[in-house]
Amino acid sequence: MSLAVDELRTVLDTPRGTVRAVDGVSFELRDGECFALVGESGCGKSMTALSLVRLLPEAGRIVGGAVALDGLDLLGLPEAAMRAVRGRRVAMIFQEPASALNPVLTVGRQITEVFERHTSIRGAEARARALELLKSVGIPEPERRFDEYSFQLSGGQKQRVMIAAALAVEPEVLIADEPTTALDVTIQAQILDLLAGLQAKRRMTLLLITHDLGIVARMADRVAVMYAGEIVELAAKADFFRAPQHPYSQKLFAALPTPQRRSGGLAVIPGQVPPLSQAFAGCRFAERCDRVYARCRVEAPALREPAPHHFARCHLREAGAAGPRAEPSVETGAGAPEATQAAVLLEVKDLKVYFPIRRGLLRRTVGHVKAVDGVSFALREGRTLALVGESGCGKTTTGKALLRLIEPTAGSVQHAGVELTGLPRAAMRAQRAALQIIFQDPYGSLNPRLRVSEILLEGMRSLRVLDDDAARLRRLAELLQEVGLPAEALARYPHEFSGGQRQRLAIARALAVAPQLIVCDEPTSALDVSVQAQILNLLRTLQERRGLAYLFITHNIAVVEYLAHEVAVMYRGKIVEHGGVDEVLRRPKHPYTRELLAAVPAID
Amino acid sequence: MPVFLVTDVLLWLLVAAAGIYFLYCRRHAHLAAPWRRVLQSRAALASLVVLGAFAAAGLLDSLHFRPQLAGSRLYSSEVLSVLDVALSHLRTNREKTYSAPFATRLYAKEQIETPEGKSIRDYPRLAYGGRDLESESDRPADIALRAAAGLVAALVLSFLLFRVVGGAARRSPDIPWSAAGWTLSLVLAIALPLYVLSFEYHVLGTDKVGQDVLYQALKSVRTALVIGTLATVTMLPFGIAFGIIAGYFRGWVDDVIQYVYTTLNSIPGVLLIAAAVLMMQVYIDGHAESFPTVAQRADFRLLMLCLILGVTSWTGLTRLLRGEALKLSTLDFVQAAHAFAVSDARILARHILPNVAHIVIISLVMDFSGLVLAEAVLSYVGVGVDPATTSFGTMINAARLEMGRDPVVWWSLAAALAFMVLLVLAANLFADAVRDGFDPRVRIGAAPA
Repeated sequence: MSLAVDELRTVLDTPRGTVRAVDGVSFELRDGECFALVGESGCGKSMTALSLVRLLPEAGRIVGGAVALDGLDLLGLPEAAMRAVRGRRVAMIFQEPASALNPVLTVGRQITEVFERHTSIRGAEARARALELLKSVGIPEPERRFDEYSFQLSGGQKQRVMIAAALAVEPEVLIADEPTTALDVTIQAQILDLLAGLQAKRRMTLLLITHDLGIVARMADRVAVMYAGEIVELAAKADFFRAPQHPYSQKLFAALPTPQRRSGGLAVIPGQVPPLSQAFAGCRFAERCDRVYARCRVEAPALREPAPHHFARCHLREAGAAGPRAEPSVETGAGAPEATQAAVLLEVKDLKVYFPIRRGLLRRTVGHVKAVDGVSFALREGRTLALVGESGCGKTTTGKALLRLIEPTAGSVQHAGVELTGLPRAAMRAQRAALQIIFQDPYGSLNPRLRVSEILLEGMRSLRVLDDDAARLRRLAELLQEVGLPAEALARYPHEFSGGQRQRLAIARALAVAPQLIVCDEPTSALDVSVQAQILNLLRTLQERRGLAYLFITHNIAVVEYLAHEVAVMYRGKIVEHGGVDEVLRRPKHPYTRELLAAVPAID
Repeated sequence: MPVFLVTDVLLWLLVAAAGIYFLYCRRHAHLAAPWRRVLQSRAALASLVVLGAFAAAGLLDSLHFRPQLAGSRLYSSEVLSVLDVALSHLRTNREKTYSAPFATRLYAKEQIETPEGKSIRDYPRLAYGGRDLESESDRPADIALRAAAGLVAALVLSFLLFRVVGGAARRSPDIPWSAAGWTLSLVLAIALPLYVLSFEYHVLGTDKVGQDVLYQALKSVRTALVIGTLATVTMLPFGIAFGIIAGYFRGWVDDVIQYVYTTLNSIPGVLLIAAAVLMMQVYIDGHAESFPTVAQRADFRLLMLCLILGVTSWTGLTRLLRGEALKLSTLDFVQAAHAFAVSDARILARHILPNVAHIVIISLVMDFSGLVLAEAVLSYVGVGVDPATTSFGTMINAARLEMGRDPVVWWSLAAALAFMVLLVLAANLFADAVRDGFDPRVRIGAAPA
């Protein structure tokens, strides 16, 4: 089996013009290998995958190139013949398992359906085969799960069912589009193990699409890096990780937060991916490249081969291959906790948040969901405490309960000697300026109907920061400069900004009332690696300059290593381990912490 | 002497509000964008033109005055509108009873005295229909001639119109102006010949008391517009306030509001409205001195009907908005406002209300046609508008008896249906386009690809 993609071109027709989402992509999947397609959002990697199986959205169309599966021209097949290829020879699994399963069909039915479509297996035999599949993807009690509906399964189990359905008729190629992005890190590790195991056992070819270099390091045999609709680098995994040849790939590595980079800032790739509706004269990365020279802007580089079987699309590689990636040596002591003598800003004792479960006609409370169940910690001035855990462990609820955005059920939160729980609304207002929050989703955290100036002024007006709007606007102009946005941003609407810029706006909004503590609720998890680095650098600079304390809520261990001074690991509403960052991450004591750390896909 | 009927004032206020909203949208890109998307649809533009023609008729009919009696300083007790003046020939050319469209003779036989002094039983000539004809056999040629004159006028106007359209198309090429141009030309090509013909013939016939059916149908447009718009506007404050308050505050507030609208929904609507209308009628009868003219009495009843319809039909909108506000109140930007101790009233006004505006606009346009139809049903049942008010409902109600007659009198019903269907169809097509344009899935807040 081999799947050869040659000069594939796919465009999307949008109101803003034709977007060349995939612009001349060529690669080849070899029998039984795992080929990883890496890139940031909007680089065309998902569109490439959808083009291979011809499942493009309505506005998309393939305008050129060829896709050959063992010599069979997939792009020229009539739709009826293509349907026989899809699922049977080339199967696909998606990022969001919840929306990929039909909620009104049982799990078993969705697998047996595949047999009915592609084989003559029916009835009891189909059921037996489906049970076997569910077992092989690690679903416990497959007999019971067979007759359940997708809402009765957890996210990881849904993804397992998706994989089982995709593998039902033993396809030769499996395309996995960000299969673990929606899952927790421990579940991600299980799913990746499962995919690797199945691939080895069935000699299946896996096309893995991801933005996470850690996953690539764990899974791939060969890697292709996509940028702005093109493949900019293509190599065997070992070569790629040892010596990336394209400046973009090199920067991606440098932007990853690691403990070694604690002392300095992260490398950032300035700017963002250019819109693909324009025509490019030179190199597409030229605007963001720090090694750009005159030729890059006028001549588009071809894909060169500076080292054997290692391709890169860069003029610099005419001069030969780049050297191995330089990783700064571990600076021992750089990340060691400084003396924790700073004053305690916020003291949390035995905080509990229970949500009542109500049943019946009179809505009587029959029990409680213990989202946060006795959490205690202290936050010091100018320090960062990372609250780590998987989704549903209560870390976000804790953050919101501190600010009384959710009413705590019991326990104490003291800020500068004032007990916040039970404080009347008017008295709480006086505390609000000191305690602020930044949210995960930069698209949901800014009201789309208000101008940026209105959004930023809201808090200052409400908390009476400064006397009049003129003074406030002067302060905001300075603030925007501090977070790296132009002052004219004030007159615009949030939708005119990219995700990273919106997150800067959200930070500026919190800073506008001069807080002492900011609860950062996964502020970078919706962002691409290069943008994440910009935001992390910004947060660090602000901390150094203003002495801010952060409660940093995250599931990303790499970010914790880079930014945090202390770590608290949460599991099922409780803190199971708490200590200095090196202590917890290097010498974990609790078994859950060990499991969590082991699950993180590492690059080295 | 001008007469300000309450519904006139409200209708014109509404026009003014729409104008202000239009100007406000023009200055705010994010508000104008969905409307632009609406106008990019050909169906929307065409239906907007048709709605505009109806609105023009309705608004002309909403400028009322009492004419000065000839040769005296007194004013007539009859209240006329600008539309009445424009169509005065239709209003005054009354026949004795039924006559078919384009007829020259009555629809019922009568004893006629011939010039020779004999008395025969035949269909008598109409007083106005075809009165200028030398001989009745000239009728087809006369109709063709007059229709051609109207068409020529329509052609000339269309030609001028397309020059304007061409200019507009150059300025904003994304809007299919030609669709608007063709629709308006079609409207002109139908309306102008009919207008020319209406001087000589009853183009849609006459009703039982000899009144021109075309005139009735045109007068009904205002009633339908008043009901459709004012009832919707009455409903809005209830629907919006209860909906977002229930969704935002939750808890017992939500329980109370939900209880109220569930109860209200369980009462059969027609019964509730009938009871309210009958109570109002008692009030009108008891306070005859407050209504100096028939028109004012009828207008009061129309206004009250709008209020009653509005007060009983807000539940659907409330339910929609409650759900949306429930969702919005958990969003991050509302949480951020809480973290700034922003007051609830401000959060409702700045964060919740602007973000449910698209739902309000969609349901506003969609409810319009429902209410026009509701008026027809209520008037048919007899609890609708005042019998002195012409409306599609009263026309249909009167036609009920005519359908049982032999030979059947079909034109009243047909005219009422044709006008009403055209109005409601245009409103529905426009509502569809509005829903597509304001669909949150294509909202400007979406991430750029």
